[in-house]
Amino acid sequence: MTAHLTRRRALLAAAGLGLSVDLLARPASAAAGDLANRKLVVVICRGGLDGLSLTPPVGDPDYQGLRRNLALGDDALGLDGTFALHPALGSVHHLAKVGQARIAPAVATPDRARSHFEAQDVLETGAAVVYGTSSGWLNRAVGGLKVQRKVEALSVGPTAPLILRGPAPASSWSPGRGIDAQARLPTMLQDLYKDDPVLGPALARGLATETMAQAAMSGLADGAETPGMTMATGPGGGVEGYLRQGQEVARKLGGTLAGFMREPGGPQIAALSLDGFDTHANQGAAKGQLANRLGYLDAVLDGLHTGLGSEWSNTVVVVATEFGRTARVNGTGGTDHGTASTALILGGSLKPGGIVGDWPGLKTAALYENRDLAPTLDMRGLFKGVLADHMGLDRRALEATVFPDSTAARPVTGLV
Amino acid sequence: MRKEPVVADRDLDAAIAVTRFGLGAKPGEIAGARSDPKGFLTAQIRPSGADQPRTNGETSAQRIAGFRVYQQDKRGMKRAAADGESVPDARDPVKIAQRMLRDDVATDFVARAQLGAGTEAGFRERWTLFWANHFTVSANKLVTATVVGPFENEAIRPHVFGRFADLLSTATTHPAMLLYLDQVQSIGPGSPAAQYLSRPRRGAGAGAPPAGRKSAGLNENLAREILELHTVGVDGGYSQADVTEFARAMTGLSVGGFREDPEMPGRPVFRAAAHEPGARMVMGVRYAPGGKEQVQAILTDLARHPATARFICTKIARHFVADDPPPALVRRLEYAWVESSGELDHVARVLIGAPESWTPQPAKFKTPYEFVVSSWRAAGGAPRDIARLAPVLNAMGQKAFSAPSPKGWPEEAAAWATPAALVQRMSWAQAFSEAVVRDRDPKALAAEALGARLSPPTATAIARAESRAEGFALLLMSPEFQRR
Repeated sequence: MTAHLTRRRALLAAAGLGLSVDLLARPASAAAGDLANRKLVVVICRGGLDGLSLTPPVGDPDYQGLRRNLALGDDALGLDGTFALHPALGSVHHLAKVGQARIAPAVATPDRARSHFEAQDVLETGAAVVYGTSSGWLNRAVGGLKVQRKVEALSVGPTAPLILRGPAPASSWSPGRGIDAQARLPTMLQDLYKDDPVLGPALARGLATETMAQAAMSGLADGAETPGMTMATGPGGGVEGYLRQGQEVARKLGGTLAGFMREPGGPQIAALSLDGFDTHANQGAAKGQLANRLGYLDAVLDGLHTGLGSEWSNTVVVVATEFGRTARVNGTGGTDHGTASTALILGGSLKPGGIVGDWPGLKTAALYENRDLAPTLDMRGLFKGVLADHMGLDRRALEATVFPDSTAARPVTGLV
Repeated sequence: MRKEPVVADRDLDAAIAVTRFGLGAKPGEIAGARSDPKGFLTAQIRPSGADQPRTNGETSAQRIAGFRVYQQDKRGMKRAAADGESVPDARDPVKIAQRMLRDDVATDFVARAQLGAGTEAGFRERWTLFWANHFTVSANKLVTATVVGPFENEAIRPHVFGRFADLLSTATTHPAMLLYLDQVQSIGPGSPAAQYLSRPRRGAGAGAPPAGRKSAGLNENLAREILELHTVGVDGGYSQADVTEFARAMTGLSVGGFREDPEMPGRPVFRAAAHEPGARMVMGVRYAPGGKEQVQAILTDLARHPATARFICTKIARHFVADDPPPALVRRLEYAWVESSGELDHVARVLIGAPESWTPQPAKFKTPYEFVVSSWRAAGGAPRDIARLAPVLNAMGQKAFSAPSPKGWPEEAAAWATPAALVQRMSWAQAFSEAVVRDRDPKALAAEALGARLSPPTATAIARAESRAEGFALLLMSPEFQRR
């Protein structure tokens, strides 16, 4: 039995996977030339993604001993003498092989409290400490972009993530029910909301975005992605079937995001969230709970890459998480909250190079507080480098407004 | 026309009592609260706690037992599949799981929404929902998907007007919470159970444990979240060492399996053999060796810690009054909390009595659940089945019983009042109004739903509506109905 899902329904299913997309739209300007076409996507993996599973340091002599039954070996997808990618990351591996994906294997925010919520706040606000500011750094980055035109922020998914909250006006779109074009209600409500500082602008942006969404989806409905619209749900599918289905949904989400970004006047900056990386128990190795989640991540990235087509060369994608996990396996086949993790950097115009940042190693003496992978790179430095080199933000705006109090975190330059 | 100020205040207070403290007004409710708005609310406080939704009566133990059966079947099916046998649909664990998830979660959720839509004690239910969110157990995790409802009914509802210490202890040691935050598998590294599991075995090489063998040891998830989310808060002054010590103390708290109780697995058990022996030091206090008593002593101290009073009273003020709550209100609640050693009925009375709670301007944007339930109340009805609830809540970002993390649902308008969510609310309000309004006058329904809070622009817009359904949809989407 097969079920034909509409794109909207498929995306609605994405909500069940904990997937949501958030976009910052910035109309492209021909006058600004190349910079106006540059695109940045930040993927946040929530829950504390285990970097030692995402990019296992299979060549590190202490890795197998610490990771025991969570350790990956020959099944991992090799990158160099030390590092590999998790076997679920086939698409990322293809990109890495042609120099379009790199890894930063020991990166962390300045936060050390090991609290999800505090660490996500710091990751998303770009502040040096928790509660340092209430807006998101990706939102503030818009103010520093070279092209000074009306800027629109857009989130896909019903709730707004911190990373895109702030002074740049934000819109959002959700793959639920569409708007009845005949109804008078939208117009009447806009009138009723005219003095409401929250609901007025929000509804106006929601209605405008809905129109863009129709175009973004119709542009994608014909062409390469159409075969994926048919999903197997019948008996015999079992767990594997659900996984495949989840990956299809994730791939479509990436493809739709790409469609948004390719629209004329579509977003130049986007953020996307993936939940479910808090693997305290039965984390699994090549297969299992974490592998499934990584499969979704790989599918989203693949959908983005494929959907962007020629625009891939104008795009940088950064995948980051709030913290890594303990270097040792815990008592329940999982890992607890840790410190450093891996960030992935992908894009069509990356410069060649090895790992980003240093590898501290896994010797007991090298571990942070004798339990976690030690950070060698400040996450803010990575973001600052990408914003400067790829998006053309100037150094002063970066230091003053996007990442205040971050001078010690030197920008990672030369990635693009 | 001039009105007596006292009369005007009482009309507004009645509207605030029902809409801000409760779940929105049913027809006639604001009028009923008018003679004594505060008394209308305090009368809802009662020692026996919250109302119980009309569910199918299944306990969390029964649900957990059901899940264990499913897990056994799943293993059986894997073996059968490996042997090339086909499994009949009735025994297909994936289908059983789907059925359980669908039916049990739906039954519980609909029962709760029906209680919310119909109750005469809206404040009692709102107060309960606050605590259920404070002690979040989410259906996001497969193993806890079917116990969110029973957890709320067993661990939260009976204790919402009792001592916080009792609520804390019941909620954090309930099997649903132990499963949700991975406590069940946590084993003291120095316990007899860990020694037994790590004993040398024939054929096992040195170093790594043999393949397929489950590792045994500490899991600090629940201990950390109790400190961070349930009691003192992230700034409460604890360290990583306190988390680890607390996690050691908590070892042994678990959920019974078939071995302990073949009749009914899923009940709470204390496995003394898995408990880490020895004294513990948590936040500067030494706790003598002991089993359950040791955990209990730590929880009791955390319940009466001053940081707990401040953290939770701030949350209460934020939930009921404003995202950025008035400091005077927080101080009042905190004083009431400390003075009464965390008697929650007293804290609730002080919340109701505080002048800061009655500011005319509504500051809180309703969550999707609050919006949907209050819409049903305004219409004078209740959702019949899950199909009336699940799609709309999913679209607005609040999937039934599925808070995204142990922190629960967000509280701030910034999270909910997004462009996409507003478009979803509007689409739903339109369809809902067409289905429920029938031949009723939307102007009268608006007066019943908002009382003195109904603004002239909204009243005018409703009066000018082209159809009854359009008028009712305007009411539901009006700025004052979206807020409380």
